[in-house]
Amino acid sequence: MSQQWEPVIGLEIHVELSTKSKMFCGCEVGFGGEPNTRTCPVCAAHPGALPVMNREAINSIGKIALSLECEIAERSIFHRKNYFYPDLPKGYQISQYDLPFAVEGHLDVTVDGKMYPVGIERVHQEEDTGKNIHAGEGGRIAGALYSLIDFNRSGIPLVEVVTKPAIHSPQVARAFLNKLKNTLKYLDVSDCNMEEGSLRCDANVSVRPAGQTELGVKTELKNMNSFKHLEKGLTKEIERQIALLEAGEKVVQQTVHYEVATGEVHPMRSKEYAHDYRYFPEPDLAPLEISEEFIRKVRSRMPELPSMRSERYVHELGLPEYDADVLTSSRDLADFFEETLVFYNDAKTVSNWLMGELLGVLNASGKELGEMGISAEGTAQLLKMIDAGQVSKNIGKEVFANMCATGKSAAQIVEEQGLTQISDTGELEAMIAAVIAANPVQVEQFRGGKEQVLGFFVGQVMKQTQGRANPQVVNELLRKQLAGS
Amino acid sequence: MSQERNLLELTAHEAHDLIQQGEVTASELTAAYLDQIERYDNDVNAYLLVTRERAQEESGRSDSNGGPLNGLPTAIKDVLCTRGIATTCASRMLENYVPPYTATCVRRLQDAGIVTLGKTNMDEFAMGSSTENSAFGPTRNPWDLERVPGGSSGGSAAAVAAGEAIWALGSDTGGSIRQPAAFCGVVGLKPTYGSVSRYGLVAFASSFDQVGPITKDVKDAALMMQHLVGKDPCDSTSVEHPSGIAIPADRDLSGVRIGVVQELMAGGIEPGVMEVFTNAVKKLEAAGAEIGEASLPHSEYALAAYYILAPAEASANLARFDGVRYGLRAKGAEGISDMYEQTRNLGFGDEVKRRIMLGTYALSSGYYDAYYGQAQKVRTLIVNDFAQALSEFDILISPTAPTTAFKLGEKTGDPLTMYLSDICTIPVNLAGLPGVSLPAGYADGLPVGLQMIGPAFSESALLQAARGAEIAISLGSTASPLIRERS
Repeated sequence: MSQQWEPVIGLEIHVELSTKSKMFCGCEVGFGGEPNTRTCPVCAAHPGALPVMNREAINSIGKIALSLECEIAERSIFHRKNYFYPDLPKGYQISQYDLPFAVEGHLDVTVDGKMYPVGIERVHQEEDTGKNIHAGEGGRIAGALYSLIDFNRSGIPLVEVVTKPAIHSPQVARAFLNKLKNTLKYLDVSDCNMEEGSLRCDANVSVRPAGQTELGVKTELKNMNSFKHLEKGLTKEIERQIALLEAGEKVVQQTVHYEVATGEVHPMRSKEYAHDYRYFPEPDLAPLEISEEFIRKVRSRMPELPSMRSERYVHELGLPEYDADVLTSSRDLADFFEETLVFYNDAKTVSNWLMGELLGVLNASGKELGEMGISAEGTAQLLKMIDAGQVSKNIGKEVFANMCATGKSAAQIVEEQGLTQISDTGELEAMIAAVIAANPVQVEQFRGGKEQVLGFFVGQVMKQTQGRANPQVVNELLRKQLAGS
Repeated sequence: MSQERNLLELTAHEAHDLIQQGEVTASELTAAYLDQIERYDNDVNAYLLVTRERAQEESGRSDSNGGPLNGLPTAIKDVLCTRGIATTCASRMLENYVPPYTATCVRRLQDAGIVTLGKTNMDEFAMGSSTENSAFGPTRNPWDLERVPGGSSGGSAAAVAAGEAIWALGSDTGGSIRQPAAFCGVVGLKPTYGSVSRYGLVAFASSFDQVGPITKDVKDAALMMQHLVGKDPCDSTSVEHPSGIAIPADRDLSGVRIGVVQELMAGGIEPGVMEVFTNAVKKLEAAGAEIGEASLPHSEYALAAYYILAPAEASANLARFDGVRYGLRAKGAEGISDMYEQTRNLGFGDEVKRRIMLGTYALSSGYYDAYYGQAQKVRTLIVNDFAQALSEFDILISPTAPTTAFKLGEKTGDPLTMYLSDICTIPVNLAGLPGVSLPAGYADGLPVGLQMIGPAFSESALLQAARGAEIAISLGSTASPLIRERS
């Protein structure tokens, strides 16, 4: 490769708010369910129906804007974005255009120890569309026998967060989305479930020769429904664009579809691209006036955000910064950590256990903490059993994995599988005597001053007891017997 | 026979009093109106749907329990959603559409005890000035069946004039209550924007549309308004009426400063209309009004601005008629685009298509600033003009329309001439102000309307002045020939 290329990525993230009711009507917000059961004249766009703003949604977008350190506009207005599509019942989406709710924020991310600042261009409020369901031929529109529409999703409040084109690698893009998701979870404003579509991410991607300030021609990459796919799709699209440019061809401004099944990217035909949405101010809604008082109120109700929480862990609990960052990287994990501390008041031990064991189990299974059978109280009990010598630390790790998988208590698992630690000196003394007798060479080495050989003897005892022997007791007894005879 | 004639000539407030006193029953009143509909509506075609059985049932119930508007037989413009009753907007698009809910304004009247006679004809989606744009045939003027009743609320105005309803609901976007009221010799009030809920009013131009009464006299307009106003949680643009609505007293116009809007008299007013108007002004003066010349310097741009802004809003408001969820769907379409195209081609009439295209064009990228943006600026200038004029006068007046009712077919070939029919009423909608039209006299046997305009939310004062004008002009019975014929 003769030339260095710099990717430039901007993300557009749509967040479905988990408000009680929809953005402009009283219908319940929810996922799934019998199609078209959560609809009314407003969200099904019957003639004469009018939108009424959901205040709870405005509280939520207020929290989001503040957490991204945006400037909230004193006065923002809603626009109609006009286009025809069957899942868009009014023929326009109520959205925001040149006067969005908030602008100019940032959310900085750290990847491999390096900090990357990501500017936020705007945060605005809009509404979701219904969902087209294509019957036959694998759910794609091509080859479908017929299409049905479910308007349960129509009108669910959506917040759109748009970053500046300030991200230069798929890894940073992924880290940003992850941090944004975590922040939203902290704020408790959305389920943030990418598979169910309550968190959706599109990306504007271009590449340019390194050092050039002018932006290259961008494409809009769509349909990445997980963090992994976002990173993969961006990588593929950047490769595609570089290959085009290096072959002397041009990047065409168009939509590019990411194929989840194959991990490939496919440019769409650009015929439909030149949309003219004919935005104009929504006459059915008054401008949204945001007072200082409102901002103060929202700020006072903001939960503790990851950065603040992490700082607290360092200063109040004495955790290393690394531990604090890892634990607060997910609200679920941090909540679990703090709940465990209620029952077992040693922050560093709990931190070590969660970072080592719990994250290990989560990574291996690919599941969320909430899907695990483990409870904070159960974790604390296990730690207490280890302290009390009822179970060894190593066995404890197996017990923990088992607790996660089955939801059983530590005591129950230890009991059922006979994993109780052997601390009975009589039983161990006989075993140790046998081991010493069977390994005269090592005994000589130890007595000759080679301390490390002690580990060999411990290992032999552990092997015979399947790890259940209390290592401290074994150590003590071994030293005594090796010295004595 | 004479009993029936009396019933048909009663105003709503008179009928209300007689019902309260037990002199007349709601059933008798309703029967008289249904009989008149039976007799004349084949000719007039004021109604798209007569809900005879429902009306009989409701009036029967009214006999035994009394709301404040108990038993008053009411016609409802077919642009207002009525649960379980077809609501077509006089369009093929909604020919078989039955709404799942009732418009707030209709529900409020129903809660007050009205009897629903049926749904009245109109220009399709309220776009027009003659009711000739109805997909189901034009309505005819009860004063001369060869002539139009005006529009778009032509069915409602004709129904009241023909004795086919004691009063009616209309809607007014650029003059659609006042101009047909003028053509049919009845009273029509377009309230201040925001005072009557638009929830359930099928939207034409959302920032202009208002629902209002079409009645036999000014007191009736006030009576109905008392039950129409009020903030509706379902309409974010509605507000609580700051002063409420008072029933006007029988008073003269002493001390009322009335400004005659010069620009609205400038040209194009038919001599016959001008003569009636000038005579009316003299009578107002004789009744104590202080008459002066008022000016709305930017009103010459009102029509142009209106025909950018209203179609722009309409182009979005009518996008929901796509054949997907309800209403007409063209058969045999290939693919979604084709379905939209065929459905909208079959479902909409020429005028509706014309305005959707106008609005779409005005909002298109590259044209927005030159058209929509510019028109919004004009709107602001006109708002300011009215504020200035209304700081000098209590009430502004003009003829309601430049002509009397014209012949069917006379203007259908020339949309621009048709648009000019609303030249005196449109500025009022741009400013969101209340305007009322009341009968001022007759030119060649056809009614002429006087338009009176007041500041925002001044309905009580405006209707009081209109009542003063009504007394001053003193036409006696304004009953059309179709009512008088029955004597």
